[in-house]
Amino acid sequence: MAAIDFSHIAVEMSGITKKFGDFVANEEINLTVHRGEVHALLGENGAGKTTLMNVLYGLLKPSTGTIKINGKSLNIFDPNIAIKNGIGMVHQHFMLVESFSVTENIVLGNESTKSFGILDTERAEEEVVHLSEQYGLTVDAKALIQDLSVGSQQRVEILKTLYRGANILILDEPTAVLTPQEIRELVAIISNLTKAGKSIIIITHKLNEIKQMADFCTIIRRGRHVDTVKVSEVTEEELAAKMVGREVSFKVAKEKQNPGEKILDIRELYVEDSRGVMVVNGLNLQLHKGEILGIAGVDGNGQTQLIETLTGLRKAKSGRIEVLGKNITNLSPGKIINKHKVSHIPEDRQKRGLVFEFDIAENMILESYFKPAFSKRFTLLRQNIYKNAATLIEKFDIRPQDATVQAKSLSGGNQQKMIIAREVSNEPELLVAAQPTRGLDVGAIEYVHQALVAQRNEGKAVLLVSFELDEVMNVSDRIAVIFEGKIVGVLDADDADEKEIGLLMAGGTA
Amino acid sequence: MELIIQDLGFIIGTTLMYSTPLIFTSLGGVITERSGVINIGLEGMMYFGAFAGAAVAYFSQNPWLGLLCAALGGAFWGLVHAIACVSFSAEQIVSGIALNFLGAGSALFISRLLFDGATQTLTVARKIPQPLDFLFGEGKMFPSSGFMDLVFNRFATVYLAFFLVFVVWFVLYKTKLGMRVRAVGENPEAANTLGINVTRIRYGAVIMSGFFAGLGGAAMSIAVVSRFSNTLISGHGFIALAAMIFGKWKPQGALVACLLFGAAKGFEIFLGSKGVPVAGDILAMLPYVLTLIILVGFVGKTTAPAAIGKIFDKGDHS
Ligand SMILES: Nc1ncnc2c1ncn2[C@@H]1O[C@H](COP(=O)(O)OP(=O)(O)OP(=O)(O)O)[C@@H](O)[C@H]1O
Ligand SMILES: [Mg+2]
Repeated sequence: MAAIDFSHIAVEMSGITKKFGDFVANEEINLTVHRGEVHALLGENGAGKTTLMNVLYGLLKPSTGTIKINGKSLNIFDPNIAIKNGIGMVHQHFMLVESFSVTENIVLGNESTKSFGILDTERAEEEVVHLSEQYGLTVDAKALIQDLSVGSQQRVEILKTLYRGANILILDEPTAVLTPQEIRELVAIISNLTKAGKSIIIITHKLNEIKQMADFCTIIRRGRHVDTVKVSEVTEEELAAKMVGREVSFKVAKEKQNPGEKILDIRELYVEDSRGVMVVNGLNLQLHKGEILGIAGVDGNGQTQLIETLTGLRKAKSGRIEVLGKNITNLSPGKIINKHKVSHIPEDRQKRGLVFEFDIAENMILESYFKPAFSKRFTLLRQNIYKNAATLIEKFDIRPQDATVQAKSLSGGNQQKMIIAREVSNEPELLVAAQPTRGLDVGAIEYVHQALVAQRNEGKAVLLVSFELDEVMNVSDRIAVIFEGKIVGVLDADDADEKEIGLLMAGGTA
Repeated sequence: MELIIQDLGFIIGTTLMYSTPLIFTSLGGVITERSGVINIGLEGMMYFGAFAGAAVAYFSQNPWLGLLCAALGGAFWGLVHAIACVSFSAEQIVSGIALNFLGAGSALFISRLLFDGATQTLTVARKIPQPLDFLFGEGKMFPSSGFMDLVFNRFATVYLAFFLVFVVWFVLYKTKLGMRVRAVGENPEAANTLGINVTRIRYGAVIMSGFFAGLGGAAMSIAVVSRFSNTLISGHGFIALAAMIFGKWKPQGALVACLLFGAAKGFEIFLGSKGVPVAGDILAMLPYVLTLIILVGFVGKTTAPAAIGKIFDKGDHS
């Protein structure tokens, strides 16, 4: 851990309150960060972490409260002022222009020019290359953003802040979308940055990352400051308890249960990705009633395409998928959902899970709007629709408890709860859950895991795909390891061993 | 042979002449849509520009002053569109439709006031000049009505239009300002987090689109013809809009598309002058039919700016 300069306070936020209408997202929050310090922000989904950072970066105006940067009182009402004072922010949802090059994205707003405002592309590229070498952030300066992996896009975001001379970096859930390898790289980058005297505020839901990277941790619950602790003096369990306000169990409790008849049967499945490369290569998989089957594997081994094919979003090249003995290969998603009772918690909740502009109630009936409970002849039964939403909001503890709120203004965790509520309430025989806990806080993760186990206990089948090996090992009854589009091994979760699975995931033989 | 070359010259010449108003206007379209604001009010702005150009040129006897006032008139309506769409987050299509009525209505209203209740201006004494005229004629470098004369002895607006295609391309792709305009059209939230003033950029772009549409109108009323009449513009603004889409939101693409539409008009006039036994009304449909065919059949998957038509809300007004 790099040396912290306690004599130099980089950020001092005091008494920050932020209201959206009547809703108080931040209430009297204090935050102090020293030079060279990594400070973690921990809190449940919707606790107000992003809001607080948006206030610091000038994207939101606090209702009350003061901010001092390097000892100077500032009224940050515009990102420009934040940038000028050395604050940089990597947002939870990346802020990149997809059709622009890496260099263009980095210099945008701060362009190097020749006379008459003509862009000096060569100089800009040189600067970007220099900067990326200085901090060990490898990127291809000429590549277009749309061709980059998520990890590279994030490096571009970090470079953007460094290019503007940021000394205080805010990273909003930087690891939520990264692979384990990319996370290791990020840890190294952060340590390089603090060595160079920069202060980092990092938001993450992963407690082990806080233990690994952060010096201090501020915990926020429902918009209020709970505690600021020295990370080396607390355990992960203590952090979780402070954040949720109760004990959280990391181990999923479930009774042993004998699986019943076969629900899902995949035989010799071949699927191409959108570039025409065969990514699912003769895959075989069986799943039974009352069973959770976890698919473990490194990202990019055909998981995404397997799920898309299973749920009717992508056509199989050949092979056969059966649900309860009926062929569902290449049927439409509508048929698969409603006739064959397969529900899907999609990987990308923004693109596939929700209609952002619709409110909670409308999102809840996306798959069942035509059912007699919700529509009669040509009209929707709005009363029933909102009643339905109110029940689900209550049952699944979705916040805010207001069915008329647009999906896009919910926090990530609550968006995920909405999707789960909808899919589970559709009473599926088979529930396909792709990365269901990505970006969720430990409390919400516990909740999702319990929901999956509840499905299983009711005698339903659950197919869980996750890049988090811990999650797969924790929740599943059986574990199937996928490598290059094939199942290379199926193990019983009880006697599976992490090393063995890791080896299979990397293409070795157990 | 001689005759065929001359016919060819005639077609190219008329193509250039009729493409010019479209080129100006669709450049305006490129600028505004690149910043993410749809402007289907280009037709109305062009209409107003055609009137303002002719009226000012008539009274002042100065076509250049007419051209300038046409551009400023268009820019004024651009400002109105910007206020509605950028400051008040109005639906851009609706505001555009309203501007089509406002541009045309205000032009006719002022016309009736100035020209004894007529919905057309009187003929201007001096049109936009032909800068290369001195090269053509008896005893000059090229004979009159020859191929060179037909193709190159064109109004100044023709050369200006080609020059502006280059200028707009250069500004959009080679300068800081252009990069910011494109960024705002692709991802205004990202631009905002980098301290770029989305509102100011969009205002500038929308006003410029009106400016260019105004030029387009005047290029019609005081160059192609020599006065404004109420049927002069009849859909050219929309064709320019189609050309911009066909040209994939790029200045050089829009240029090619406008030339294609201009060529349709050129053929129409050529065939008419040759007395082919096709009704004039049918011939006059050519450019419009071409627009439809191209939009349906050839444009295919286009790459519009990602944030086009979407309202950008800084999200916090408290
Ligand atoms: N622009 C807005 N208008 C209204 N409510 C908002 C707005 N932005 C955020 N909220 C609400 O404020 C609360 C805090 O949101 P915020 O995004 O800060 O949570 P978070 O702690 O970052 O959660 P997550 O871990 O899920 O990202 C949420 O309940 C959210 O619904
Ligand atoms: Mg957040």
